[in-house]
Amino acid sequence: MIFSPRFSLATVRPTGTQWLAKLLRALLFPFAGIVVFLMLWQGLAQSITTSLGQFPGPADVMHQGGVLVDEYHEQKEKAARFYERQDQRNAKKLAENPEAKVKWRTYTGKPTFLDQIIVSLKTVAFGFVIASVIAIPLGIACGLSDTFYQAVNPIIQVFKPVSPLAWLPLVTMVVSATYVTEDPFFAKSFLNSGFTVALCCLWPTVINTSVGVASIDRDLINVGRVIKLPRLTNIAKIVLPSALPMVFTGLRLSLATGWMVLIAAEMLSQNPGLGKFIWDEFQNGSSNSLSRIMTAVVVIGLIGFVLDRLMLVLQRRFSWDKAADLK
Amino acid sequence: MTTFLDISRISKRFVTDGTVFEALNDVDLKIAEGEFITLIGHSGCGKSTVLNILAGLLDVTDGGIFLEGSQISEPGPDRAVVFQNHALMPWLDVYGNVELAVKAVFHGRKNDREMDEWIRHNLELVNMTHAMRKMPSEISGGMKQRVGIARALSMQPKVLLMDEPFGALDALTRAQLQESTMDIHRELGNTVIMITHDVDEAVLLSDRIVMMSNGPSARIGDIVDVDLPRPRRRLELAEHPDYNRCRKRVLDFLYSTNKAPSVLQHEARQQGREEAVSKPERAA
Repeated sequence: MIFSPRFSLATVRPTGTQWLAKLLRALLFPFAGIVVFLMLWQGLAQSITTSLGQFPGPADVMHQGGVLVDEYHEQKEKAARFYERQDQRNAKKLAENPEAKVKWRTYTGKPTFLDQIIVSLKTVAFGFVIASVIAIPLGIACGLSDTFYQAVNPIIQVFKPVSPLAWLPLVTMVVSATYVTEDPFFAKSFLNSGFTVALCCLWPTVINTSVGVASIDRDLINVGRVIKLPRLTNIAKIVLPSALPMVFTGLRLSLATGWMVLIAAEMLSQNPGLGKFIWDEFQNGSSNSLSRIMTAVVVIGLIGFVLDRLMLVLQRRFSWDKAADLK
Repeated sequence: MTTFLDISRISKRFVTDGTVFEALNDVDLKIAEGEFITLIGHSGCGKSTVLNILAGLLDVTDGGIFLEGSQISEPGPDRAVVFQNHALMPWLDVYGNVELAVKAVFHGRKNDREMDEWIRHNLELVNMTHAMRKMPSEISGGMKQRVGIARALSMQPKVLLMDEPFGALDALTRAQLQESTMDIHRELGNTVIMITHDVDEAVLLSDRIVMMSNGPSARIGDIVDVDLPRPRRRLELAEHPDYNRCRKRVLDFLYSTNKAPSVLQHEARQQGREEAVSKPERAA
């Protein structure tokens, strides 16, 4: 039977039903998991009553999600009307007197949820880029020189577990003292949150990069020695590409840490992002505050997930190690 | 006239945590230009240490290596290495791997077009032009080693050092690569020093087979001159009296005068058991 071609074909090629089973497994189980979770959530939510009313269930969150999007459109319309009025007013002034001084103001409405998401993304990107620019060279240096690693390691180990909330007051004071300009390009709250994020998401990249660099195949290093690559070329052509899969692993962990840290930092530094949104809703204490916060929680989770996937796509694009899979 | 490559009474001692391990003791060998030398010996006899010292990847403790009269102190492309596990950069394709070496070695001496021609020429020597754009992970072990050889040749080395280059390959692929190596050696006339475990390979390829005694403190046990006419054909050689004579000398060296340490241990145990059997009263 083993030698009959039909038998071997059947085992090699997945048949229609096998394919369907695979698809079902990929979609059905996660879907089932989500449904069960939503039901549990709804059930539990109903049994929790707070001073701000019932704990929000999935339906409330869905509803608030819609409301938040509507608020965004409303604000946009308001802004559009504001600029329209301003344009008309200034045009009229100029028509009466071409020499007249006209003022152009920017609309200062309440930031909407979507604006706050964008601020958060910018802040985390700022912190993450700063951290990466420091962490990758530092990690390479640690991986290349054992002496340097021995010198730096205790410092890394001590600062690695420090909570962002401990850094924030220090960062705030330092930024206030050093960033003094008439016309600040960055808001101070933005810098405070960004630097706090950077301080906390340095470490995974430093550690993973140094491990990646230190564990390069000896033979590859020897190839570099035989062809007498200058030091910097050697790092660019052999060390860095070789360590790239580990560098990306570090970057992914760093971005995840950064996103988590950001929300806390924004709450305390009053950076107008998702953290501030949650804090303001908490202080506001209206009847739909809890469901708005819960919506933010879900959105924060979804964005974190998307950021991680983006890093994975980048990793696949730039890294030679195709073994990195979707996990 | 000075010797082309003079391995002049080298010793190598490794010091780890205060204990001294002498790997090589007074290894002395003179090699003429264009010679094909194989180093053979049991595992742990210091063959790789010799090769790494020749490459400049390790320092000697005593003695020195002189290539065309000047002492070797560091690695360089004049002594290209073919590594046992090919050591190709996994993120570069076949062409890119050779290109990395060519760009580093001929920087400022060849223009882009000349470099491209030179890379292709070397890939042609090992019959790999058809797979220039393949990644190392997409080609077989034998093909990887061909690329490793092309990369080494592309450095235009004075001496080609090969560290058990075919050890990890199956017998048929190995035979193919041995043929290629002989063709290239005939065409380019380069000096080759190759480590091997394979007696037939040593006799087939070498002008001289250098047999190393067991370590620690390994030294050159004996040297066999292989005076077989070139080009050599595997099948014809099998019946050649000189071939069998050389082969027997190497085998004798490896399996009677210089048994592998593990074999010696095994024999010692056997002997001990026999003694125990012959004196049952005492054992009981």
